[in-house]
Amino acid sequence: MTKQQIRQAILDIIADIAPDEELSNIKDDVRLREQLDLDSMDFLDIVMELRKRYNVEVPEADYMQLASLASSMIYLEPKLKDK
Amino acid sequence: MQLVFCSGKLKKHMSYNSRIVITGIGLTAPNGNSLADFRRALLTGKSGVRPFTTRYMGAVLAGVCDFDELRHQKKKELRRGTRAGSIGIYCANEALKDSGIAWDKIDRSRAGVYLGVTEHGNVETENEIAVIKEYNYDTKFWSHHHNPRTVANNPAGEVTLNMGITGPHYTIGAACAAGNLGFIQGLQMLRLGEVDLAFAGGVSESIHTFGIFASFKAQGALATHADPTKASRPFDRDRNGIVVSEGGCVHTLERLDDALKRGARIYGEIVGYACNTDATDFVLPNPERIGQCMAAAVKKAGLAPSEIDILNTHATATKLGDIQECQAVRTVFKECPKLHVNNTKSFIGHAMGAAGALELTGNLPSFDDGIVHPTINVEHLDPECGLDNIVLNEPRRIDKVRYILNNSSGMLGINSAVIVKRYEP
Repeated sequence: MTKQQIRQAILDIIADIAPDEELSNIKDDVRLREQLDLDSMDFLDIVMELRKRYNVEVPEADYMQLASLASSMIYLEPKLKDK
Repeated sequence: MQLVFCSGKLKKHMSYNSRIVITGIGLTAPNGNSLADFRRALLTGKSGVRPFTTRYMGAVLAGVCDFDELRHQKKKELRRGTRAGSIGIYCANEALKDSGIAWDKIDRSRAGVYLGVTEHGNVETENEIAVIKEYNYDTKFWSHHHNPRTVANNPAGEVTLNMGITGPHYTIGAACAAGNLGFIQGLQMLRLGEVDLAFAGGVSESIHTFGIFASFKAQGALATHADPTKASRPFDRDRNGIVVSEGGCVHTLERLDDALKRGARIYGEIVGYACNTDATDFVLPNPERIGQCMAAAVKKAGLAPSEIDILNTHATATKLGDIQECQAVRTVFKECPKLHVNNTKSFIGHAMGAAGALELTGNLPSFDDGIVHPTINVEHLDPECGLDNIVLNEPRRIDKVRYILNNSSGMLGINSAVIVKRYEP
């Protein structure tokens, strides 16, 4: 997957777990929690969906890597490069 | 509130503080999403039973609700919570709206939520097992939402989260006697002065667990019929079991003085209630104890059995259960010529934790219209279920209705009865 495909994959997951949110103006470099009504259970949902959809494991120590779209793309690129 | 303990018994001085009245109603039933729609369905013979598909078993019959889930919840709340929570939220918000209470002006730490359930958690556990089955039963795919969805206080707790209620909330597990128990708990909390406003009733999400269908089928107690609308047929000779249903009903309960102060519409006053236990069998009802429970409610209301106008039965359309309840009714209500008997499950199936609450509530308009809704689907009345003034298939207009009794009972031998009186100052 390319970075842009990874970005879209994350947005697709967020659209499912936070269906009331408007996602068209999300800024890549700003923390997701500053832009969206997401709590810790929602982040666990993102981790779960990455596991279910892409067989990707995100260890607890790396959760902060999912803070923004930009950091998520950097973190997930090597894990998803063959997906 | 004035309460006096005397010789170990609680004697009540019925002041305006201890009189508890119903001031708002919110409900969803398989045949209506408001009291007006529900009542219309009960008077026009409209069933809410339809074909339904459940996991592993395929086609079954069920009472299915179609309320607007997003009227009071965001999509995210709906996704995160349970069906029982969603039903509770809809009903509680509708009851609040109906009550006319100025929600932004009241102290929400003095409000409480009391919802009866038959069971809770089976739906979510079955769902999670279905998920991990897709991953070779690897439990790392088990949701972190499972615990908050399955804790026993979930349905009432979701209502508090949605409405910002910070008083005490309980989900009351009482099998199929639970709807009445929700009302009783609310009444008791008001009389104890623990809250000033109670959201009370019952909810059922049971059609979303295959286990309840499979277990009733294994018990030989799951209804079948070529016409789904005729499947639930208490008292009929050919009845063959229960139609499982979902639904919910919540009342706002207040002390009479509070209701009068704000000029509330009063649907009725809860004047009697009782709960007891068979202690005889896991599933088979005990007519003696059921009778004792109804008699205790009548006594607590300070009435004679002959003063009850409408008795809404629990009968679920099982062969033996209906007969057992009829025996109890005959024993307690002998020589009661003005008593009329009906049954709501014939329309909506068995709404489990919501059953008692919906069934009582569907009869409350009788105070205004003087009509007893019938028991439908009785083509051949079982002689063993023959009761004086049982209202079959067509509504019946009677004289002024002053007292309505709802009877409920459930597995492990729990019985409950609630009596509501037409409001009279």
